[in-house]
Amino acid sequence: MKWKNLIKVAFKSIVKNKMRTLLTMLGIIIGVAAVIVMVAIGKGAEKRIQDQIASMGTNLIMVYPGSMQSRGVRMGADSGVRLSLDDVDRLKKTATLIDAVSPVVRTGVQVIGGSGNWNTIVYGGSEQYLEIRDWDLTSGDNFTANDIRAQNKICVIGQTIVKNLFPDEDPVGQQLRLRNVPFKVIGILKERGQNAFGMDQDDVIIAPYSTVLYRLSGHVHINQIIARASSLEQMKAAQVEITAIMRESHKLPEGEDDDFTVRNQTDIASTAQETTQVLTILLASIASISLLVGGIGIMNIMLVSVTERTHEIGIRMAIGARSRDILVQFLIEAIVLSLSGGLIGVLIGFGATWIVHQATGWNTVIAPQNVFLSFGFAGAVGIFFGYYPARKAAALNPIEALRYE
Amino acid sequence: MNNKEAVIRTSGVTKIYDSGEIQVEALRGINLVIKPGELVAIMGASGSGKSTMLNILGCLDYPSGGDYHLDGIHINNLDRDQLADIRNKKIGFVFQGFNLLARTSAFENVELPLLYSRRQEIGDLEQLTRQALERVGLGDRTHHFPNQLSGGQQQRVAIARALVNHPAIVLADEPTGNLDTRTSIEIMATFQELNRQGITIILVTHEHDIADYCKRIIEFRDGHIIRDQEVAHPRDAHRDLETGQFQISGLGERP
Repeated sequence: MKWKNLIKVAFKSIVKNKMRTLLTMLGIIIGVAAVIVMVAIGKGAEKRIQDQIASMGTNLIMVYPGSMQSRGVRMGADSGVRLSLDDVDRLKKTATLIDAVSPVVRTGVQVIGGSGNWNTIVYGGSEQYLEIRDWDLTSGDNFTANDIRAQNKICVIGQTIVKNLFPDEDPVGQQLRLRNVPFKVIGILKERGQNAFGMDQDDVIIAPYSTVLYRLSGHVHINQIIARASSLEQMKAAQVEITAIMRESHKLPEGEDDDFTVRNQTDIASTAQETTQVLTILLASIASISLLVGGIGIMNIMLVSVTERTHEIGIRMAIGARSRDILVQFLIEAIVLSLSGGLIGVLIGFGATWIVHQATGWNTVIAPQNVFLSFGFAGAVGIFFGYYPARKAAALNPIEALRYE
Repeated sequence: MNNKEAVIRTSGVTKIYDSGEIQVEALRGINLVIKPGELVAIMGASGSGKSTMLNILGCLDYPSGGDYHLDGIHINNLDRDQLADIRNKKIGFVFQGFNLLARTSAFENVELPLLYSRRQEIGDLEQLTRQALERVGLGDRTHHFPNQLSGGQQQRVAIARALVNHPAIVLADEPTGNLDTRTSIEIMATFQELNRQGITIILVTHEHDIADYCKRIIEFRDGHIIRDQEVAHPRDAHRDLETGQFQISGLGERP
C-alpha cells in the first residue's frame, strides 16, 4: 500500500472520531503546555538574574582585598591587606586591556536633608564609576575629574533617597548633610531595582572618592577597585593583566599567593544561575511526568480503540489490508494524534505563559529549542505508546475480527 | 480441465479445528471446480461446513489439507501478506451484515480496496470508484453515509466495494440474510445482472428461494458436498420484481 494512501486512511479515521481524538490528545496537550509554561517560568527566573547581574555593569572586573595569612592562619577577606589609591593609579597608567577604572570607598552614613533623614551607604568613586557600572542619570550631571582633585562636596543620589528625602521636590541643587558635612546634589541616578541578592541598588549616594575618603570616612584605604575590560572577549586577559599589575604594586615575590582577589561578573553570575537552573530542571521534570502520563493516555485510548474497532480491522483485512498496513495506520494515527496534541499544547503553553506573566509579573522566557524539544518528545511518546496497540491490531486474525461485534 | 480454465479448483480440501481436547473436522475432502462466469449458491445448515469453505475460498483461512488454486495461483503456499494481496486483487467480499465502515461515505467505502492495492498502475481511483457505484445503480448516492442508506442500498455499496478492484470472483456470505424479501430479490437481480456481464459469483445462503436464482447449487452437509447440480432454468429476479410473483408464491417465508 502506498504511503500516501495509508496516511489518507489514518487521517480519515482521526477526523471521523472527533470525541475520541480530542480525549486522546488531551493528555499530550496538557503535558506539552505544562512543559512549556514551567520551563518558561524557570528560564524567566534565569534571565532575570542574568539581567540583574548585567545591570551591575558590563565587562565589570572587581578587585577585592585578599585575606592576610599569618603563620598559616588565614584571616578571611578584608582582614588586613588593603587596596590603595596607588594600586588604582598604577592600573590606570599601565593596564592596556581596561578602559576605565575606579576605586570604591564605602561608608554608611545618616543623611539629613530635604524632608527628613535616612540611613544609607555612600560610595566614593572616580568620575568613571557610573560609566563602569553602566549607570545613567535621569537628571543633573555626574561629577568630574576636577571635582575629585578639588574634593568637592557634591554627590549623585539614587531613587530610594529621592523618594525618602525629596518626595515632592527636585533634589538637584539641594543640600544634604552627611555626618554633618554638607553635600550638594548634582545628579539623580536612574532606577535599578534589586540586585541578584535582593539588595536595593537605588539606596545609594555616590560622591567623589577623594571627598568621601578625606571628608567623611577618614580612612586612607579603599574597599574595592572596579574596572571595565575594553571588550567582553578581553575579560580573561584583562583579569590576568590586572593580577600582574596588582602583584607588582604589592611587591609580591614569585611564589607567594595573591593578597587580593580579582573577580568578574560571570563568577558571581554562575552561582546564581546554577540555583535557578536547578529550579528550571525541577519544573521541567515535573512537567515531563505529565507528558509521560499523556502518552500513557494515548496508549490507553488506542488499546480501547483497537478492541472497539476490531470489526473494522477485520473488514479492512478482508478487503486486502496487510498486517503491516494496519500497524502503520494505527501508528500514524498515534503519531498524528500526539503531534497535533503537541501543537495545540504548544499554543496553549504560549497562552498560559502569557497569562502567568500578566497575572504574576514573573519573567517568562519561551526558548524555541524547548518548544521543539517538547513537540518532538510528544511525537516520540506517540510512536512509543502507539506501537503496542498498533501491533495488537495488526496481529488480529481476520476471521475472528470479522466475527467480532 | 486445467487450472487456467477454472477460477476455483480445490482437491481434497480438509479443515480440522483443533481445540486441544476435541478435533472438529469441518471439511472432509472437498473437490470443487468453479469456472468463470458461474453463479453458484452454496447451501447447507449451520455446521455443515459452508462458512468454513467460504473462509478458505476467500483466502481468510488456510485449509488443513488438500490443494486450493484460485485463478491459477496455488494458495496453500502463500504467507499472510500474500493472502491479503490475493484478497485485495482477486476476491470481492459481500457480507450478511454489509460490513461498511461507519461514518464513512459510500464513496470512501468503495474506494478502500483501491487504497490498499499494491498494483502499480491502478488507474484513476475516483473514476474506478464512481464506475463501481454506477454499476450497482448508486451513482447518485456517493456521498451518503451508511446510516443514511437503506439496507438494500448499503448492501449494494458493499457489492460496489467488492467489484471495484475487478476481482476474479465475488464471494457473498448470506448477502440477503438481513434484508426483506423484495430487497433480497433486488440484490439477486443485481447479482444476476453482474453475472451476465461475466462476473463469477459464489453466494452462501440457507434460503432455497435465493438459491433458485443461481445457475448452480452446491449443498454441504457434515463437511461433505452432498449435492452439486446445475439449474437448467434459474428464476429471473428482474421478471419476478416486475410481476410481483414472489409475493404470490410466498417466497422467502419458507423455512
